[in-house]
Amino acid sequence: MPGKVLKHLEATEMEFGPATQAGQGHWRLARGEDGIAWLVFDRKDSTTNTVSQEVIRELDRHLATLEKDVPEALVIRSAKRVGFAAGADISGFDEISDDGAAKLLQQGHGVLDRIAALTCPTICVVHGAALGAGFEIALACDYRIAVEGASFAFPEVMLGLHPGLGGTLRLTGLIDPVEAMTLMLTGKTAHTKKAKELGIVDLICPERHVPAAVRAVVAGKVEKHEQGLISNSYRLRAARSFAARQMRSKAAENAPEKHYPAPHALIALWEDHGDDREAMQEAEIASFARLLDTETSKNLRRVFFLRQGLKDNAKGEDEITHVHVVGAGAMGREIAAWVAIKGKKVTLGDLELGPLAQAVKQAKTICEAQHLSGIETRNALDRLIPDPEGYGVAQADLVIEAVPESPDLKGDIYADLGKRMKAGAILASNTSSLELTELAGKVRAPTRFAGLHFFNPVSKMQLVEVVAHPKTSKVVVDRLAAFCGSINRLPALVQDYPGFLVNRALTPYLMEAMVLMDEGVTKEVIDSAATEFGMPMGPVALADQVGLDICLDVAESLRGKLEKPMADISDSLREKVEAGQTGRKSGSGFYEWKDGTPEPDTEGTGPADLTDRLILPMLDACVECLRRDVARTENEIDGAMIFATGFPPFRGGPMHYVRTRGIGEIKGRLTELADTLGPRFTPDRGWDDLG
Amino acid sequence: MKTAKSDRLAYLVDGARTPFLKARGKPGPFTPVDLAVQAGRPLLLRQPFGPQAIDLVILGCVNVIQDEMNPARVAALRLGLGEEMVAFTMQINCGSGMQSIDTAYRYIRDGSHQMILAGGAEALSHAPLVLRQSAVEWFGNMAKAKDPLATARAMAGLRPEFFKPIIGLERGLTDPITELNMGQTAEVLAHRFDIDRKTADAYAMDSHHRLAEAQRQGHLKGEVLPVFDRDGNAYDQDDGVRPDSDMDSLAKLDPVFERPYGKLTAGNSSQITDGASWVILASEAAVEEHGLTPLARIVDSEWAALDPSIMGLGPVMAATPITKRQGLSVEDVGLWEINEAFAAQVLACLAAWGDEAFCKTVLGLNGAFGRIDRGRLNVDGGAISLGHPVGTSGNRIVLHLANAMKRNGAKTGIATECIGGGLGGAMMLEAV
Repeated sequence: MPGKVLKHLEATEMEFGPATQAGQGHWRLARGEDGIAWLVFDRKDSTTNTVSQEVIRELDRHLATLEKDVPEALVIRSAKRVGFAAGADISGFDEISDDGAAKLLQQGHGVLDRIAALTCPTICVVHGAALGAGFEIALACDYRIAVEGASFAFPEVMLGLHPGLGGTLRLTGLIDPVEAMTLMLTGKTAHTKKAKELGIVDLICPERHVPAAVRAVVAGKVEKHEQGLISNSYRLRAARSFAARQMRSKAAENAPEKHYPAPHALIALWEDHGDDREAMQEAEIASFARLLDTETSKNLRRVFFLRQGLKDNAKGEDEITHVHVVGAGAMGREIAAWVAIKGKKVTLGDLELGPLAQAVKQAKTICEAQHLSGIETRNALDRLIPDPEGYGVAQADLVIEAVPESPDLKGDIYADLGKRMKAGAILASNTSSLELTELAGKVRAPTRFAGLHFFNPVSKMQLVEVVAHPKTSKVVVDRLAAFCGSINRLPALVQDYPGFLVNRALTPYLMEAMVLMDEGVTKEVIDSAATEFGMPMGPVALADQVGLDICLDVAESLRGKLEKPMADISDSLREKVEAGQTGRKSGSGFYEWKDGTPEPDTEGTGPADLTDRLILPMLDACVECLRRDVARTENEIDGAMIFATGFPPFRGGPMHYVRTRGIGEIKGRLTELADTLGPRFTPDRGWDDLG
Repeated sequence: MKTAKSDRLAYLVDGARTPFLKARGKPGPFTPVDLAVQAGRPLLLRQPFGPQAIDLVILGCVNVIQDEMNPARVAALRLGLGEEMVAFTMQINCGSGMQSIDTAYRYIRDGSHQMILAGGAEALSHAPLVLRQSAVEWFGNMAKAKDPLATARAMAGLRPEFFKPIIGLERGLTDPITELNMGQTAEVLAHRFDIDRKTADAYAMDSHHRLAEAQRQGHLKGEVLPVFDRDGNAYDQDDGVRPDSDMDSLAKLDPVFERPYGKLTAGNSSQITDGASWVILASEAAVEEHGLTPLARIVDSEWAALDPSIMGLGPVMAATPITKRQGLSVEDVGLWEINEAFAAQVLACLAAWGDEAFCKTVLGLNGAFGRIDRGRLNVDGGAISLGHPVGTSGNRIVLHLANAMKRNGAKTGIATECIGGGLGGAMMLEAV
């Protein structure tokens, strides 16, 4: 937090040349005495620039003005502090149909071509992120000046699309085409230095040197990036085809074409037209319009809004600066490390020094994986304080308990915490299998007690279930949700229920997999069925990943507490846990993990109803959770399941899948399965309320 | 006339240090500031007051590394004490960690500050290798050479000894006035006070046994707090201790400073070690405001100087004026901490205080000050068993004196150290 001196001085303005006054529209244009025109992007009624039809049309009008009296040079930059532009306004995508889309895209291309055709030098000054359409505007300029911290990315692929305003041709035409394709295929960000290395930007400078840098470009003192010999070789179709084959096989690993068509469409686009700019432009428009209409893209856009919905839960202030985590086991240390990396002071309590030391190492490993600088890593590790004496309890605003799943042990710990926690502090349990309502009886202040259920590994799993029991106060729920937001996680607000939402839904899926194994279906066949459906990993591999001991805990705790009978817990699960083969963390479970992640690909096939047997009970549990108000809305369930379990994003979430495939159809399948396999498949009463 | 009288009292309210980690031939896992942060974080966490209650940070550090100029300020910021925290670093060699306390004590006595974090930090394992001056000049000529001929000419000046760097620590432990290294100054004292090898070894063995016993009994709990490196290791106790140290194995060691006839060995000298220590000093007003329970009150302090070649007598020169001012006889001082730079050096101090002629002529006493009872001296071991991170030791002995006084019910204690270059520092505590 800046002190008073810096706070005072931070009011320093950004450089807008003569275009300092906010205008009527989304852009403002002014020309200085030096003849340089500044065109400043400043979207009305928003703190972020997004590119809408209106933005493009207005840009077009300004360009017409500039063409009539061409300036010495044109500088384009954003007036928003957060960055250049966050890309296209995707809320508008649903309204445009196939035909209309192509026409709108052509207009957009026309406007960007108009920037490119200006006879004066055009310079885009980028600070913060230039994403998607924002990046495409920058690419239409002759030069790009990156203010330190600037970044560039084409995240369209995450939405089932590829760039659609000329990005595919301009980026492959500017830098090494394979690097360009990689950026577009992965959606990865090129940060300032990387962007310079790739040739995306011609110059890097701090904000205070922007005017001098612009003058240097105008004076011809800045050398423009040129594509090299290797880049030129991709003018040959054979070279492109060779590279395209590698890209295809890589893309297929993570995004099979039938589920994710966009990367494959992008590869084809470049392979077919990489040597013919005009043809590529036409093909880009056609391909983008086609993709816009695919179920995959519609669902992935839906996921974007699901994420926004979860983020909205996190609005408000958490008023949490110091977090104390009790227990440096696998989850406790991950939580502590992540929270410290995200800027909070963290004390981590454990009676043993060994796990505390491992926690520090783990934090360092996460810092490395997150590409933090040396100073950022040092600061994160300084904030993470191993605390064998538990000094932090008395100072923490939030205490997160992450000890083994024993009600007695937790009760003892809560009794001690109750004596030492400061007034107003929140106590949260990371339990995944115990009921909070029961645990609440053991805490001193039940209104300030809730569940904060993280998923493993915390640094990768975005969802956190914020679990309320009947006495949890709303303020506490809101603060915990805001806390999740402040550590860059997505909070789903759920009510106490056996397994809460996610584990309630996931457990029948995992249990059914074990029943199938007991029936003689191989784990590879089971897991392939799930991955074929689109799950990131199959249920058997997932059980190993979560930890078989935890799966057993959850299954045991759910058994008998639900109206619906569950599959008997498989003996093989108990045996594995007893033998200490608890999955990935122990090196082996159902799979061997010692040599890395198993690849369950198999040609073998299982029973015809295999996929439905795995997936449908999960959907049924979601319906049950909705009926019992464990989760508030279908959207929240969809968001939670996608971000906690990797439920296939291209299917838009379990409830969306239900609606797409048909409520009656799924209920009917469940009834059939119940007839042959038993009441664990009996459809929940909630199916009738879905309407 | 010096006086320690003042209206305002200064209390030592808490303190903690890292385990002292023996240097093992390569840079240890922590820099001086890392160590200061590791000790400071839990110490601050256990206070009932927040960082805003602290007015000033003072840190003693002798071997400051290039990346951490003014380590006090770097540590203060890394400890989250805020951008407005004034912090400075003090250097008076082996007295640095006590000089930080003494400065804090005087500020509080003067009434300008209410609460001060005063520490010492040293990572001797990080002492640099230094290029010879001749090598530095050669590098300079190479850099200036503009054409191939000049480069070739400069290149020809290359000498094999340029690649033999000087170990910075070795130079640091050598007195620049007399060119005697610290061990040699202790050899001088051993000779003058007739300390034999066996007595020195016995003292050293005792030091190890005392520390081992203190560790076993948990006497260092709360004073020594565990530290954690980035590679998954925790360190929870001073690791230079040799609980099974015995006279036979000590007797086998060769002299290290003056071969072949010297009496000082690696076994009866302090160890080269990394470590940091902090204490919190508070005024009476701060004690009341935050409801603190002081460990001890700082009553008096003194710095003295003498010829560098006999710097080991620093404790005698610095502590005696305090005993005079406070009217203390040898029996009146309940506990002593004399930093164990060398066994022979501590023994020489004891001998000087027991020597009537020395006390009369040099110290201006009426007779011998008296023999300090070994039962009251360094009761839980010292630098021979713990190690001597130079900028930290002065801080540690004050902190440990306060803790040991509390445990043993001693009313009065003196912590004192010899300081390379011919100085001595001493501080007197009183039970609260």
